[in-house]
Amino acid sequence: MKILALDSSGLVASVAVAEDDCLLAEFTVNYKKTHSQTLLPMMEEVKKILELDLNTLDAIAVASGPGSFTGLRIGSATAKGLGMALGKPLVEVPTLEGLAFNLCGTDRLICPLMDARRGQVYTGVYISRWGCDGKWQLETLVPQCAADISFILDQLNQIGREVIFLGDGVPVFAERIKKELRVGYSFAPSNKSRQSAASVAALGAIYYAQGRTVSAAAHQPVYLRMSQAERERAEKENRDGENQDEESLDRQNLTGRNRDEESRDRRNLTGRNQEKEGCLE
Amino acid sequence: MDEKKDISNPAIESFCEKKDITILAIESSCDETAAAVVKNGREVLSNVIFSQIDLHTIYGGVVPEIASRKHIEKINQVIEEALSRSGMELHSMDAIAVTCGPGLVGALLVGVSAAKAISFATGIPLIGVHHIEGHISANFIENKELEPPFVCLVASGGHSHLVVVKDYGEYEIIGRTRDDAAGEAFDKVARAIGLGYPGGPKIDKLSKEGNPDAIHFPRAKVSENEYDFSFSGLKSAVLNYLNICQMKGEEVNAADVAASFQKAVIEVLVEHSLHAVKAFGYDKFAIAGGVASNSSLRAAFEAECGKRKIRFYHPSPILCTDNAAMIGSAAYYEFRKGLRSGLDLNAEPNLKLGER
Repeated sequence: MKILALDSSGLVASVAVAEDDCLLAEFTVNYKKTHSQTLLPMMEEVKKILELDLNTLDAIAVASGPGSFTGLRIGSATAKGLGMALGKPLVEVPTLEGLAFNLCGTDRLICPLMDARRGQVYTGVYISRWGCDGKWQLETLVPQCAADISFILDQLNQIGREVIFLGDGVPVFAERIKKELRVGYSFAPSNKSRQSAASVAALGAIYYAQGRTVSAAAHQPVYLRMSQAERERAEKENRDGENQDEESLDRQNLTGRNRDEESRDRRNLTGRNQEKEGCLE
Repeated sequence: MDEKKDISNPAIESFCEKKDITILAIESSCDETAAAVVKNGREVLSNVIFSQIDLHTIYGGVVPEIASRKHIEKINQVIEEALSRSGMELHSMDAIAVTCGPGLVGALLVGVSAAKAISFATGIPLIGVHHIEGHISANFIENKELEPPFVCLVASGGHSHLVVVKDYGEYEIIGRTRDDAAGEAFDKVARAIGLGYPGGPKIDKLSKEGNPDAIHFPRAKVSENEYDFSFSGLKSAVLNYLNICQMKGEEVNAADVAASFQKAVIEVLVEHSLHAVKAFGYDKFAIAGGVASNSSLRAAFEAECGKRKIRFYHPSPILCTDNAAMIGSAAYYEFRKGLRSGLDLNAEPNLKLGER
């Protein structure tokens, strides 16, 4: 089984090819150039060096969100174009699961933090386990969400186990962690601390084996957040509520979970409608 | 095509051996997700447009993030539909063309990223196309006999350019708007008189019931360049008029306002454009862009060009709005010149015409 994986959800652009249990190539760049300028040339380089026939791929794995809206779309549009042109399915690897899989093998909790701006993080809490099928698994303790940093620190305090943090949110929230966390913690080393397409490929291979694929047409990223215009509109409509702060926190957590489900539903629907309607104009 | 056989460029040589050039084109610069298959620059085999206009109407204009999200949702469906309607396979395309600017950067990036991935996966050459170049080229699709040189007015929600088309792919911008684009002025006035978004077609329709001479709005001239436009003064004049009516408690006849405003815009566009045609010594003039589908504008140009013995060209409304067929047409002439884009092609929100 051969998988091409990509992650452009954050500042890092990363491309990898893995075959069965072996990583063949990974190309990761953390530089000021836009993903639009780097991602495809990196992919071309990997293809050239591996003398890779793209038709031998089984699937394209993509970090499917959350992350930078534009970064996610560059990755998704690339994966969708590849999937369509090659006739291959896509494997959606939630960004935070891919990130957490960097630290697969530790017996500590894994908590990826992605800076989501406005004092928030995209985060989740995971633990890796060696499964009875002889494969590593990632177990989700707190599903990925957009939340205030104190929400996730609170969750970690409640679980009460030692934790490793990673992601571009670590330098942003290191002080808050120091102040508010009451369990032992550490930060991932630089070779494990950011998005890596090798992890997306490895986790993608597991999901592929479980049959968790989508068609290239049906894939779209999970943003975990509404657009600003939609948010402002919703806020305007909800302005009468008194306990706004609490409410909005609840709403965000709910939104995070609902949106995941929603988008899955929408995808299934879209897939079906497409065949039926076939007409767009 | 035999006149180019001695050229040593291998891309052009291989083109000479082939009879037909078929291009898959993709456009996602604003709020339309579009794909088309175009043969030899002038024959449209398919032209699929998914318009998001309903999504943006409640916000009174295009919301970039919402537009980008919709593009990613629809892009494959639109491309696959364009291929299937053309009856051709992706692998038999000679090039993949895509709008790379100007436009909304997040929106452009969806089309650009998908096009690059398709080009990479298939080995089919990639051609980045300027959006305005596409609009101008829409005229080649519908007017098979039209050849450069000619003058073209490109007027849409985001652009108002007066362009001399010297040859295929060779442009000189001789006039542009100093402030609002023509279509933008339509949108703003439409909002002020309660018509909503999109303003162009709504004002066009309502104007038919109004008196275009009921109110005299100013026709702005720009002192430094006789071909430049300015529409913000006109827009302000309309808003002032509405304010004064409101203060006096007078009822506003929206149809009269629409018709009088529209007449003022059209007069300026016609005057500047046809003055340029004569000054440059051409006898051909074309219009392009969303505003070019305005029925009164077309009628005015038709009449004035007739008087001045200028041949007038315009695309049908479906090719005036953002579409990918026009991108496929423009790309064909780039392809013939041997121009190709690399996989590092980026979306350029402020791309200038003639820049690549």
